[in-house]
Amino acid sequence: MSVPALKAGQVDTRHGTILYLEDVSVSFDGFKALNNLSLYIGAGELRCLIGPNGAGKTTLMDVITGKTRPDSGSVFFGQTIDLLQMDEPAIAQAGICRKFQKPSVFETLSVFENLELALATDKGVWATLFARLNGTQRERIEQVLETIGLTGHRSRPAGILSHGQKQWLEIGMLLMQEPQVMLVDEPVAGMTHQEVERTAELLLSLRGERSIIVVEHDMEFVRSIAQRVTVLHEGTVLTEGSMDEVQNDPRVIQVYLGD
Amino acid sequence: MLLNGLKNDKVMASVLAALAAISLIVPLCNLLFAPDSPLYFSAYTVSLIGKYLTFALLGMSLDLVWGYCGILALGQGAFFALGGYVMGMYLMRQIGSRGVYGDPVLPDFMVFLDWKELPWYWHGFDQFWLAALMIVLVPGLLAFVFGWLAFRSRVTGVYLSIITQALTYALMLAFFRNEMGFGGNNGLTDFKDILGFNIQSDAVRACLLMASGITLILALLISRRVINSKLGRVVTAVRDQEMRVRFLGYRVENFKLWVFVFAAMLAGMAGALYVPQVGIINPSEFSPLNSLEVVIWVAVGGRGTLYGAIVGAVLVNYAKTLLTGWAPEIWLFFLGAAFILVTVLLPDGLLGFWRRHPKEQKQ
Amino acid sequence: MKANSFRWCSGAVLAVILMLPTLGLGQENASEAAFSAALSTLKGASMAERGQAIEQLAAVRQPRVVVVLQALLEGRLFNLKADDRLVIGETVEEGYRLIDAQSAESLGTAARSAMQKIAVTNNLRASLRKLIGRLQLNNDDADVRLAAVKAIGKAVDADSLALLRDHLVLEQDAGVQKAIKLILGLEQLKRGDKAQRLAAIALLKDQASRDVVNRLNGLVEKDTEGRFREPDGEVRRQAEAALASINARLQLYAAAETLFFGLSLGAVLVLAAIGLAITFGVMGVINMAHGELMMLGAYTTYVTQQLMPDSLGWSLAIAIPAAFVISGLTGIAIERGIIRFLYGRPLETLLATFGVSLFLQQTVRSIFSPLNRSVATPDWMSGAWRINDFLSLTWNRFYILVFCLLVFALLLQILRRTRLGLEVRAVAQNRNMAKAMGIPTGRVDALTFGLGSGIAGVAGVALSQITNVGPNLGQVYIVDSFMVVVFGGVGNLWGTLVAGFSLGIANKLLEPYAGAVLAKILVLVFIILFIQKRPRGLFPQRGRAVEG
Repeated sequence: MSVPALKAGQVDTRHGTILYLEDVSVSFDGFKALNNLSLYIGAGELRCLIGPNGAGKTTLMDVITGKTRPDSGSVFFGQTIDLLQMDEPAIAQAGICRKFQKPSVFETLSVFENLELALATDKGVWATLFARLNGTQRERIEQVLETIGLTGHRSRPAGILSHGQKQWLEIGMLLMQEPQVMLVDEPVAGMTHQEVERTAELLLSLRGERSIIVVEHDMEFVRSIAQRVTVLHEGTVLTEGSMDEVQNDPRVIQVYLGD
Repeated sequence: MLLNGLKNDKVMASVLAALAAISLIVPLCNLLFAPDSPLYFSAYTVSLIGKYLTFALLGMSLDLVWGYCGILALGQGAFFALGGYVMGMYLMRQIGSRGVYGDPVLPDFMVFLDWKELPWYWHGFDQFWLAALMIVLVPGLLAFVFGWLAFRSRVTGVYLSIITQALTYALMLAFFRNEMGFGGNNGLTDFKDILGFNIQSDAVRACLLMASGITLILALLISRRVINSKLGRVVTAVRDQEMRVRFLGYRVENFKLWVFVFAAMLAGMAGALYVPQVGIINPSEFSPLNSLEVVIWVAVGGRGTLYGAIVGAVLVNYAKTLLTGWAPEIWLFFLGAAFILVTVLLPDGLLGFWRRHPKEQKQ
Repeated sequence: MKANSFRWCSGAVLAVILMLPTLGLGQENASEAAFSAALSTLKGASMAERGQAIEQLAAVRQPRVVVVLQALLEGRLFNLKADDRLVIGETVEEGYRLIDAQSAESLGTAARSAMQKIAVTNNLRASLRKLIGRLQLNNDDADVRLAAVKAIGKAVDADSLALLRDHLVLEQDAGVQKAIKLILGLEQLKRGDKAQRLAAIALLKDQASRDVVNRLNGLVEKDTEGRFREPDGEVRRQAEAALASINARLQLYAAAETLFFGLSLGAVLVLAAIGLAITFGVMGVINMAHGELMMLGAYTTYVTQQLMPDSLGWSLAIAIPAAFVISGLTGIAIERGIIRFLYGRPLETLLATFGVSLFLQQTVRSIFSPLNRSVATPDWMSGAWRINDFLSLTWNRFYILVFCLLVFALLLQILRRTRLGLEVRAVAQNRNMAKAMGIPTGRVDALTFGLGSGIAGVAGVALSQITNVGPNLGQVYIVDSFMVVVFGGVGNLWGTLVAGFSLGIANKLLEPYAGAVLAKILVLVFIILFIQKRPRGLFPQRGRAVEG
């Protein structure tokens, strides 16, 4: 066998693909949010998802993270892990983490505590009750604080941060979880130009090490980070390709600009 | 370890100090001074204060669930009553042959119902250690089964509130039945001894108050430790953004369940300490109104602080004692008004109001 | 031509109608004279002639004849010596209270010595009984005839059997016919030859009567020595088969009765829950004072009855709108005064409205005393509809079932057809959008809450007819009605209806096995488990908005 043997608990990406979605359909009261959608994400890839409102981008993320059960189709993490058999915490622990569209940090907890909760460690009840941070973990938090530029705000409640800072804190929480797949829903909404640039830098630096799916409306931002772009429309994949290819596709133009 | 960081938490420290003082001074004054001395506390006062302390423990247990975990449990009184019934069973067995019918084993009400032998679940309750174990196990087990079902299927918000109320209502109906074997309507009463000592004697009353005080202090310290742990932060996060916590990889239902069961055990202990001090336990302790009163203690004191619940429990119950003695019909008006005023005007309770107010003046 | 013939016809009809009372009057005068004559014959007759006098009296077609004959049978018919007139006496302390035998006019009291009893022999008594029975059998009112048949059935003899057999040919009313056949059949079973007895069993098989069951049971029983009381094996076997078939039908009746009780309990639950379904389901507001709003409705009924004690029916008719208005206004006051400030905080709303419920309870307790008040039930609502010995349905529960369905239909129409209904649904589905469209959401909230509360008041009127009215009335139903709403699926009126009826029936189905309290507990536990499985109830609202 030419492929290396798999360690226990490791995601099988020996075919170069980390996420398989095949023929996934979701409907709400007759409305088809996803319609026989198929999508493959490569290991270490940074993929951008674009599409008009109601194209099914958020529903797609809901399906991957276990929040919504599809009516049909299959979703696999690597070759072997069937995500449809798992609930949200199990999927998160397996290594698929998500940043929400609306920043949802824990407002009454401090910035430091928010990161501490996200820390990749044993998340059982008893382990959590007796958990104490060790040196490496503390260091890891400090490191992330630095990355997201919130070192000075570490003990302030997350609720009083600005919108952009909350977005960064969310990204920081994603980093703390050390995921293999990061789902990032509208990371730069409400950010200043500089913050947007830094976000782009950060995501680009993570590429290769982790697989990243970014949903974003800011086309300039998408252009600055994208390798491959997938366009969703009415719950299905309209087209896929580089940013230039996609932007020049007449179907995409029609979808965005109307008839 | 339990006392870590108390220096920085002035209110908590003073509440602890006050509790310690009460549980020491009141019983001592009752025992040491003559009845005509101004420093004397009557047996009635001792029992009353002891009762307040058990209520404070009950209120604090609800605060863990409601204030920190965001679960408005309307059935906390059920766990209190269960703990009380377990203690009542022990006390009934202590009566022995001194009952009205003089049966050496069977409690009076069973003789009255013409039962020939003790039901299986009454066996062993003449042993204090077993009763003490059951005081936490029985409420804990009920909370576990109920919580496991409820949290796993993600019943939340008002739905959960209503089914907790239905739970205590169902238990009340069940305990009213004679066939349940817990004395039906009349419940368990006419207790004589506890651990071999006369339950009516001043010394025992004083000891019960002290035991209630010490239990409350320990429970408060342990709860504080729990709340300050990472588990406490997870639970607070669950209260504010339950979905988000799941996506961080925590099994939210297990955390809720842990807190729910822990709180139920505390409530059970409170009930067990309450029963010997008031001398009776009957099904009305399960009534939904009782559990709602607990909610108002916590709301009045201010939830999410632990000590707020204690202060609230004592204040509201003191008001209840005063008002029901003076003009009973006023009490329900007062309670109703308290519910409305606190929820509309004082969402953080009295202590929250007190804490916030100076700040606002500064700004 | 046509017009003419019509005029002629209507003229003839008019003439007949005008003549009718005179005809009736003439008959009445004639029978009154005959009655008077017969009475004086009886008065004067010797013991030997009395039989004839009685026959003569019985031939008079006059309603009071039965009363006089009955008095004679019971030894209460006297001749008042002073006036020489026949009177009926009733024993009172000072002697006898008298009424005139012919005119029923009250004559005050008299001592025993002032009167002479019209005595009858045992022979005469027997014939009197028969005459009375026959007279009653000839009564125009089918109910009286039925009562007469049943009275005869209590102590049958050859004569009365003959009488019944004769009457059966004439009888038109199916109920009376059935009752006569029952008596005849039972008699035939007792005394007939084998073939007759077997025929009787076959006949009686179809009668749902306690007497039949008892008699048939007697046929298959063994005596103390273990021998069958009935020596004939063939009869015994047929009796057993008949019993089995009757028992099968009895089970059917029992099921029907359970179903009825279940439906009526369900109706009460639906009435209690339906207002809640609006405030909780449509507005998302937990109103713990809902039960107390029902209590206010029940007390409104009590007060209207106190105000107009002479016309129960009307007071009830007035109580329904009055209760709607009183509870509705209280509801609006609660919404404007408290709940408005707590939208988006369901748990706080729950607590605040619970405070309101305590307040209302204590107010009512202070005004009306903590004791239960009993509200009278109009005649047409009391009593039961007896279908047979084993199945009778009480009227009040029947009417509440009908009432519940009416209220439900009305509410559905209000929500579907009226402007308010449209606005309510709009606000329920998307508050911000509704506001943007210019719907005054505040006013709609208040009116919706008022509507839900008003229906609670109307439910209270219904409750006052089946239970005691007291300050705790609301508390009894609050947990149940929440269960109904939650079970049915929040925001779904049909769900509430189905849930209410199914819980009612489930409760009544369990009761025979588990007892009322345990049945209730089991149902509660069932709902608790059900909510775990389907947190959104039987008929959940689906859609993207709900998922979030």
